[in-house]
Amino acid sequence: MSIEASAVEAKVRGYILENLLFTSDGSQLPNDASLLDRGIIDSTGVLEIVLFLESEFGVKVQDSQMLPENFDSVNNIVNFVQRLKAQ
Amino acid sequence: MCGIAGFAAPSIAPDRARPLLERMIATLDHRGPDGRGFLVEPGIGLAHARLSIIDLVSGDQPIHNPDKSVWTVFNGEIFNYVELRAALERDGAKFYTHSDTEVIVHLYDRYGDAFVEHLNGQFAIALWDKQRERLVLARDRAGIRPLFYARKGDALYFASEMKAILAVLPECRRLDPLGIAEALTYWGAPDPDTVFDGIESLPPGHLLAIERDGSRTIRQYWDWTYPRAGTPADFDDVESATAALRDLLVDAVRLQLRADVPVGAYLSGGLDSSGIVALIRGFTETPVRTFSVTFDDAEFDESEHQQAMVRHLGTDHTTLRVTRRAIGEAFPRLIRHTETPVVRTAPVPLMLLSGEVRKAGYKVVLTGEGADEVFGGYDLFKEAKVRRFWARQPGSKFRPLLLGRLYGYLDKSPVGNAAFAQAFFGQGMQYLDTPVFAHVPRWTTSQKALQFLSPELRAAIGGFDPPAAYAARLPAGMMDWAPLSRDQYVEAKSLMAAYLLCSQGDRVAMANSIEGRFPFLDHRVIEFANRLPPRWKIRGLTEKYLLRRALADLLPSDIVNRTKQPYRAPDNQSFFFEGEPLDFVADLMSPERIRAAGYFDAAAVARLTEKCRAGRVQGFADNQAFVGILSTMLLDEHFVRQRG
Repeated sequence: MSIEASAVEAKVRGYILENLLFTSDGSQLPNDASLLDRGIIDSTGVLEIVLFLESEFGVKVQDSQMLPENFDSVNNIVNFVQRLKAQ
Repeated sequence: MCGIAGFAAPSIAPDRARPLLERMIATLDHRGPDGRGFLVEPGIGLAHARLSIIDLVSGDQPIHNPDKSVWTVFNGEIFNYVELRAALERDGAKFYTHSDTEVIVHLYDRYGDAFVEHLNGQFAIALWDKQRERLVLARDRAGIRPLFYARKGDALYFASEMKAILAVLPECRRLDPLGIAEALTYWGAPDPDTVFDGIESLPPGHLLAIERDGSRTIRQYWDWTYPRAGTPADFDDVESATAALRDLLVDAVRLQLRADVPVGAYLSGGLDSSGIVALIRGFTETPVRTFSVTFDDAEFDESEHQQAMVRHLGTDHTTLRVTRRAIGEAFPRLIRHTETPVVRTAPVPLMLLSGEVRKAGYKVVLTGEGADEVFGGYDLFKEAKVRRFWARQPGSKFRPLLLGRLYGYLDKSPVGNAAFAQAFFGQGMQYLDTPVFAHVPRWTTSQKALQFLSPELRAAIGGFDPPAAYAARLPAGMMDWAPLSRDQYVEAKSLMAAYLLCSQGDRVAMANSIEGRFPFLDHRVIEFANRLPPRWKIRGLTEKYLLRRALADLLPSDIVNRTKQPYRAPDNQSFFFEGEPLDFVADLMSPERIRAAGYFDAAAVARLTEKCRAGRVQGFADNQAFVGILSTMLLDEHFVRQRG
């Protein structure tokens, strides 16, 4: 993983732990765990993540990109942000 | 409408009995400010706080039968008392009052415990049979009026509100971990559970008898029941069903207008309350004054529709504009009345509105409560219909798109994003063949509040599994009913009885000595609707189809055709202003106070509070968790620590 990807991952993990899991215990958030299956996000939870990504990384998320496959795990979110930043 | 309290306690000496009753009934002054009455005899004490509505002169309670062998105190109304009295008098019964209460003792004389089956009303009754030395407690069918009890040794204490029991049983001043978890998940602990240790709620439609030897029997005399799926309709066509429903609604409203004081009505701007007011205007001579709540925030406000109805009906109308700050500041008072955690602030504006009703000189209001449960009005029912339709072809890309037609009234709708809506509502399909299938998405959202519980409380509730725990309470045979019938049953018992009729109904009206009346919950209306085929309730994805037909000629077409907008109020936003919490919020949600109370994890609550303060909360789950935690802390403060 690149240094940049590591930084994105740290920020995404920090946001989800603090704001969706309300904990500092990183063991509760494996990077490949499904956020939907674990009940961590629903359709309004994803709005929070989109707002965070847009303000934190200066990216713009289109409605058509708000798909479970882009948001359903930390790894998926990091990859999605990397793709957006590369555009 | 009134408050009742008392005990059956062989070991309480007569000289202690009256002071005990005085302490209990003093806590219920808000329910009955117009007078008090007592009965003290060996082994029994009855107390009554009166709000006089029928027979203002001679209706003081307790009331007795002719030979004074049967006594009763009673909270509520018997709407068919005129017909019952006439029938009893034809058979020779002699009455000494003009009160609806007196029919209770005569019916008991005649029918024993089956007296309750003759009553059309909303009631909590305590009846003392002196000869047989037995106490009977009974509660109305839908659960409109509350009735609680607790045991200590050979004594049983009962009251309209738990605060009257807490006044004499300090050992109950502890919050029950399972009760808290249930209230946060289901929006109210299901009867007979409560959040107070050792206090039980008599379930709706039940009768409890305590005999001379101390033995107790509890019997269900009525329940919401439905025919087996596929049972032919009672009517040949929808026209005749519509006409029959119209006649029944007119009669229900006529009965519920019986009072010796003026009657008002709430007007939300939706079909149900508008229909009630239109029925009053169209079919009775009763002048009606209407009342409604309005909000600054367009997401919650329905003033446009309310004003349209006021113009249409020509009522004398009062609106109360409720601000976020008013909601936040009144919230502690709300919790002193609800006696349970709540996960929404919506009861507060109704508590403030009942204060306006009282100021206007009214004691009674009719409302549209119950229509959504009885006639299939909630989006939850339609959501379940789509999810079942989808489950028949899980690979379909088109079926789940129907979810997009729901929840149009929400700014941040759970179906606003189609892909995530499908992912979210696609969960819980393993419950398809259980009676709680429709409710799993709602409970999945609300039970997120349980992640804030402290390790101690989590240990105390063990493996609490909300869908399984609720399913275990439900009657056998429900899976033979149509799917919509199952959904309606669970809704009537969970959201309606455990939240809407108490925290958002009886308690917020009685906080200002106002009696709410609900014609859609006349048991004849419920029984009629329960026999209807589901297609006459939800037609396609149009809710309350038959009810719309029955009211169509009385209302403007835009009200009849309007999609339901559930009543809601601003939640966490009511507690933060210019980035700062209200003082009581800052205090109760502080890590020190959270740790001292012991129910929640202080660090997790601090993160949630900060998220609310910063305005980052978007959805229901965080809002409900915040309001639920704050209300639990207020309960602890007021009832356990006896401060505030």
